[in-house]
Amino acid sequence: MALPKPEELVPKSYQPPPTDWMDIPVKFRRGTYLYGARAKNLEAVGLPNPREWSPEDEDWKLPANWQEIILEGLRERLGRFRSLQIFMDCCVRCGACADKCHFFIGTGDPKNMPVLRAELLRSVYRREFTTAGKLMGKLFGARELTVDVLKEWYYYFFQCTECRRCSVFCPFGIDMAEITMIGRELLNLVGCNIDWIAAPVANCYRTGNHVGIEPHAFKDMVDFCVDEIENITGIRIEPSYNRKGAEILFIAPSGDVFADPGIYTLMGYMMLFHEIGLDYTFSTYASEGGNFGLFTSHEMMKRLNAKMYAEAKRLGVKWILGGECGHMWRVINQYMDTMNGPADFLEEPVSPLTGTRFTNASSTKMVHIVEFTADLIRNNKIKLDPGRNDHLKVTFHDSCNPARAMGLLEEPRYIIKNTCRHFYEMPENTIREQTFCCGSGAGLNSDEYMEMRLRGGLPRANAVKYVHDKYGVNMLACICAIDRVVFPALMDYWVPGVGVTGVHELLGNALVMRGESLRETDLRGEPLPVNDGEAKEDA
Amino acid sequence: MGMAFSFILVVILILIVALGVLVPGLQYFFAVVVPYAALLTFLAGMVMRVLKWARAPVPFRIPTTTGQQRSLPWIKASALDNPSTTAGVIGRMALEILLFRSLFRNTRLELHQGSRLAYHWEKWLWLGALLFHWSMLLVVLRHLRFFTEPVPGFVTLLADLDGFFRFGLQGLYISGVTFLVAVTYLFLRRVLIPQLRYISLPADYIPLFLLLGIGSTGILMRYFYRVDVTAVKELTMGLVTLQPVVPDGLGMLFFIHLFLVSVLAAYFPFSKLVHMGGIFLSPTRNLPNDSRARRHINPWNYPVPVHTYEEYEEEFRDKMKLAGLPVEKEG
Repeated sequence: MALPKPEELVPKSYQPPPTDWMDIPVKFRRGTYLYGARAKNLEAVGLPNPREWSPEDEDWKLPANWQEIILEGLRERLGRFRSLQIFMDCCVRCGACADKCHFFIGTGDPKNMPVLRAELLRSVYRREFTTAGKLMGKLFGARELTVDVLKEWYYYFFQCTECRRCSVFCPFGIDMAEITMIGRELLNLVGCNIDWIAAPVANCYRTGNHVGIEPHAFKDMVDFCVDEIENITGIRIEPSYNRKGAEILFIAPSGDVFADPGIYTLMGYMMLFHEIGLDYTFSTYASEGGNFGLFTSHEMMKRLNAKMYAEAKRLGVKWILGGECGHMWRVINQYMDTMNGPADFLEEPVSPLTGTRFTNASSTKMVHIVEFTADLIRNNKIKLDPGRNDHLKVTFHDSCNPARAMGLLEEPRYIIKNTCRHFYEMPENTIREQTFCCGSGAGLNSDEYMEMRLRGGLPRANAVKYVHDKYGVNMLACICAIDRVVFPALMDYWVPGVGVTGVHELLGNALVMRGESLRETDLRGEPLPVNDGEAKEDA
Repeated sequence: MGMAFSFILVVILILIVALGVLVPGLQYFFAVVVPYAALLTFLAGMVMRVLKWARAPVPFRIPTTTGQQRSLPWIKASALDNPSTTAGVIGRMALEILLFRSLFRNTRLELHQGSRLAYHWEKWLWLGALLFHWSMLLVVLRHLRFFTEPVPGFVTLLADLDGFFRFGLQGLYISGVTFLVAVTYLFLRRVLIPQLRYISLPADYIPLFLLLGIGSTGILMRYFYRVDVTAVKELTMGLVTLQPVVPDGLGMLFFIHLFLVSVLAAYFPFSKLVHMGGIFLSPTRNLPNDSRARRHINPWNYPVPVHTYEEYEEEFRDKMKLAGLPVEKEG
């Protein structure tokens, strides 16, 4: 499908239409919606109403009592989540969130204002669970749950990346991510997931990772990176898999194992671990850091996340180290211990090199690799040559979840500043807690959704363009595997000439390893621009 | 449509009381029965609402982190925007409730030259909201002089400070003026900003029209058509002491004022105005970001089906052995 030109994709105006939003039915146009979940992927994990269907169909093949199922589901969730009750009752429609959402900025569609996206659910809540809504109906923003409303939910709850930017600005902390998560749970009760989430969930349940890599293939892929590292550094690294008695279990997002440019980040991790002699193991069973269950339901998130602790226990490691991934860290920081803990079979994480106790992770027993590496650099445990990244002018994209569900802001910057000499921040309204989403998070990173992804990515790309034009920035660093997968297309479209890298790829390039041969290329096999004197003589 | 409906509704309310008090005997109804009923509805409604919220558990620790986390000792953590302690949470909540911290972050988006996004300074909403809520608090506190005898020192002091400037012979209560200005601003922005108008419901206009009605009748009574304060106080003290009497000379403006206040109070627990209580309970603000250091308990955490390692190995054992991966069972 041909994409519109960039100038055509930018909204002409943000004026709402004359028609009341409740009277505008949703239209499923190719490029702006995601395909429905295939039957086999729902069956694989026992989710209800498996069938073949398309959102474009008139008939969604819903169960006969679908309204009852959803309203009962909503009632149950109102009883389980105080957040949901508060977020349903307290919005004053002040509009502070309206222009904070990347999908609103990229589409101009008023239903993408977080306040209105929340009203999609709130209107049904009012009708069914409040007196005023029951009595006054539409006049009080209440409406019945019809098939059209359900279709609207599907369209817009899968047009929210759960990035939480709106909740930063909301005076009551109303979090669209929470509403979207619960909205998606309700949709899942009648089989209305998207396939791009359902398939990774099914894969992850069976094989341990979203991509469906079986154990032997997982090893092959990591071994491929081992060969690459040897080609570049002359050093043969020997990672271990499913090894009992290792001190640390290392879990990365599977995107780093199979997708370009994530694999260079994986190479960076492994080079670092080799250089410091870390006693760690990969697991083919817990071979996924990410968790598309988070985008399905709280229950599915728990089911997929369970592998981490189960595998740590089986292997008898002391603690877990986690790779660069965004929503993975939302799950680990805010859900894992509560859902699948207590991890009393593990120990409070201590860096074997620096002796630093990670007291902030004393209960989950899981440390972010960026915290771990920042501590190594701070304690001079590794030697870095930032000159090897001199061809890069780097900016840093704060991934939504590490920023707004964790607060991991300084650690990655510390690593970048120690591995690169040219680092430029994007404008302050677009970074740190105010960072803009890549536009493809929360399971929306499918190709059929490209037009909407490019729209959603507009504000982020715009900020990159600003530093690209001003400072010549040519590399966008991030700590999220979905970012690494989706940003290349986004940059090619909006800001050609900007590459995408993980922070540990930058580290891998700068890392001076004992016994390494002279590096002629970076991890991507591209020639290093300025070699040291010896190299020039050789040439 | 929402605006017209709400406006007409409030006009009808005013007509009801204006005509009602002309009917002999109904003065008691509007001066005593309605205020008592409204107060009871307000109290019972708010208690029930808050209890309903409080009964729902907080299964997960989901603060929105808006600053640096506490991690390594040499990285300065943002104690208020990303609190890891209870003290930090109290600080964050105080900033939120007293100073509207989150609203202070507000910006306004503009599209320049076709495709350049810019984020502009926009503190007016913050300022308007802050002005409104603080004025409202001051006005309510000042009104305590009608419900206490003797009037507590702090109420008199507040009134003296508030009325520092003169209007004719009287102290001009600044809070009354700022209250009306702020409500007017909040109303105007709702009408004039197209997106805001688009999302607005009658439920958004009704409180604004009620507040405008309450504020303007109050000001009219104080500065222009002087109300008989002694009579008012006789009524209010009668209400407080549960020995209500309806003195003569209360005046039409007063009845309208009292009736609109009563309607607002009774409407409060069933409307968005419950945000007054909700803000204290918002899980994205009132929890520390410490769930990696301290385990948060979910009371309804239930066991779920998982794919165990044994099942996994069972399926892939041969492939694992061929690839030289360790297995638990050989066959």
